[in-house]
Amino acid sequence: MLNRDDLMLEEMEVVWEKPETLTDVKMHYCPGCGHGVIHKILMEVVQELNIQDKTIGVAPVGCSVLAYHYMNIDMQEAAHGRATAVATGIKRFLPDKLVFTYQGDGDLAAIGTAETIHACNRGENFLIIFINNAIYGMTGGQMAPTSLLGMVTSTTPEGREVKTQGFPFKITEVVAQLPGTYYVTRQSVHTANAVRHFKKAVEKAFRYQMENKGTCLIEIVSNCPSGWKMTPVQANKWLEENMFPYFPPGDLKVDGKIVEKKTQQQK
Amino acid sequence: MSEVRLMKGNEAAAEAAIRAGCDCYFGYPITPQSEIIEYLSDQGRKRGMIVMQVESEVAAINMIYGAAGAGARAMSSSSSPGISLMQEGISYIACAELPCLLININRGGPGLGTIQPSQGDYFQAVKGGGHGDYHLIVLAPASVQEMADFVYLGFDLADKYRNPVMILADGALGQMMERVEFKDYNISEHKLPKQWATTGKTPDREPNIITSLHIQSEEMEKINLRLQQKYRTIEQNEVRYELLNTNDAEYLFVAFGLSARICQKAMDIARTENIKVGLLRPITLYPYPYKILNQLASKIKGVLVVEMNAGQMVEDVKLGIEGKVPVDFYGRMGGIVPTPEEIVLKLKELIQKTSK
Repeated sequence: MLNRDDLMLEEMEVVWEKPETLTDVKMHYCPGCGHGVIHKILMEVVQELNIQDKTIGVAPVGCSVLAYHYMNIDMQEAAHGRATAVATGIKRFLPDKLVFTYQGDGDLAAIGTAETIHACNRGENFLIIFINNAIYGMTGGQMAPTSLLGMVTSTTPEGREVKTQGFPFKITEVVAQLPGTYYVTRQSVHTANAVRHFKKAVEKAFRYQMENKGTCLIEIVSNCPSGWKMTPVQANKWLEENMFPYFPPGDLKVDGKIVEKKTQQQK
Repeated sequence: MSEVRLMKGNEAAAEAAIRAGCDCYFGYPITPQSEIIEYLSDQGRKRGMIVMQVESEVAAINMIYGAAGAGARAMSSSSSPGISLMQEGISYIACAELPCLLININRGGPGLGTIQPSQGDYFQAVKGGGHGDYHLIVLAPASVQEMADFVYLGFDLADKYRNPVMILADGALGQMMERVEFKDYNISEHKLPKQWATTGKTPDREPNIITSLHIQSEEMEKINLRLQQKYRTIEQNEVRYELLNTNDAEYLFVAFGLSARICQKAMDIARTENIKVGLLRPITLYPYPYKILNQLASKIKGVLVVEMNAGQMVEDVKLGIEGKVPVDFYGRMGGIVPTPEEIVLKLKELIQKTSK
C-alpha cells in the first residue's frame, strides 16, 4: 500500500538524484551554510568520474569534522591542522588512490600552516579543499586567521585590528608561489553560477591528480550565517561586498603557472 | 638466511625495520638517533621503502597516522624532545587503534637537556604522555641484538593488537656497536591483510573510517571500555622479563635497558663478595611484570631499583612489591651513566639498613 509521501513523489519529475557517494543522512550544518553544497559537489564529481573505490578523504577538526558521516567513501579524521600530513602518509603509501583533504581556515591557515606549506612545497599529489569563512564556526564564532580587519568575532569584540591580531592571512596567494603547486584557485558557492564554476574546478583538480601534476588547492570563500549573525541571504550579500575585495575569486595558478593579476578579477 | 654483523644500535633497528617489511618511515633528525633516518634514507630507499625527512615530528607522527590508517607498516623514531612533539598524534593513533612502531632513543632532559643517554622518558612512555586513557606497548632493549629483535616483535605486536608500540632505548644503546644477528623473518607470514584500512571503498563493503572522534559520551565510553579490555588482554599475554641469579638471591636489582646491563656487572662484583643478589630486568615496561615481582618479594630481603632518572620505574616496582620488603632507589640524571661500583655501594647501604 502506498502512503501519501510515495504518491507525491511519484507525481513529481525527478530533476536531481542523490549520488551513491553521499550517504542518506541529514546533515548537521546550519541553514545557509556552504558546507552542504561543497560536500554535494565534491561527491557528485567523485560519482561522475567513477572514482568512489579510489578516493580517500581526510576530514579536519572544525564544523566539517563529521564529513565522513555524509561522504560515502573511505575517510580518515585528522588532528587539528594535520590533514595534509595525514594525506601525505596515505598518498605516499597508496600513490594510485585519489586523496583529498577538506579543511577550514583555522585548520589550514593557523594551526596547520607548517603542514600546509610543506605539503604544497613537496608538491604532494593530492587535492586540498580549503573553506574560508573568516570565522571559527564550530567553537562558537572566534577570530580566524582570515577574519577581515574590523570584523567583530567573540575574540575580537571591538573588531579585528592589525596591532594585536595582524592581517587576514592570504595563504592561498602564498602557496600559489610554491613550485610544488600546480592548480590553485579561489571559488565560492554562494550563487548557482559560482557552484557550477566550483564543480569544474574540482573536476580539473581530480584529473590533474590522476596525471600526477602535484598539489591542487581550491579555496572556497564561504559564509557562516550563524557565526556572522546574519540570515543566509544577508550572509551571501556580505560575502560579496566584504570578502571578495580582500579574497578575490578566480584562478591564481593554472598549469603550474601564476595567473597575472588582471585575469584574477573574473566572475 | 640469517646474517651476523657489527653495528650501532640505531643502525641495527633500521636494518631490522627493512627486513620486517616496514613500508613507510617518516621522521625528523635529532641526536642521538639520526643514524636511523640516515640508514633508512640510503638502505631503506634502495630496498623499496618510502622514507621521508619531513618538516617536524608533528608532521611525521600524523603521516604515520595516515599511512598506518591506509594499511602500511609504518614507523618513526626520535629522541626525547621530538617524542614530546609527537604526543598529540600518539594519543589519536591509540584511540583510532592504528598499528605502528615508534623508537625513542632517550636523551637527558627536561627541556633541550643533553644529548647523552637517559631513561627520563619512562613515565611519558609507560603512563601515557598524550591526553586521555591509553597505553602504548613499551619494549626496553638492553643490547644491540635486542634493538633489532624488538623491531620485528614490535611490528607483530602492533598488528596483533592494533596498538602503537614504542621501543624505549637510550643514547648509549643507539650509539654503541655490538654483534647482531638478523634471523630469518618471513614477511608474508607476519604482514596480514588489514580489512579495516582506508584503501578505497568498494561496492561490497561499507566505508572504512579511521577516527578518534565519538562525540556522544555513551559512545566514547564504549570506545574506552573496549580499549581497556584490550589492555587487560595485553597485560595477560604479553608480559616479558629476564631473571638472572634469582634462585638463591637475598637481594634483588630491578633495572631495564642499559641500567640492567650495568646492574649485571654490579651483580658480578657483589657476588665475588658473597652478596647474594639477583636481577629482574623488565623487557616490557607496559605491560609491567608486577606478578613476578610480587612472587620474588616473598623470598628476598630488599630491592634496589637502578635507573638513569630521578626514580620513575621505582613506583611500579613498589606497586609490585606491595610493601613486603624495602625498596630503595639509585639513579643518575642529566645523561650520566652510573658505574657498577656506585651501584654496589648503594646495595651495601640497603643491606645494612635491612639487617639492623
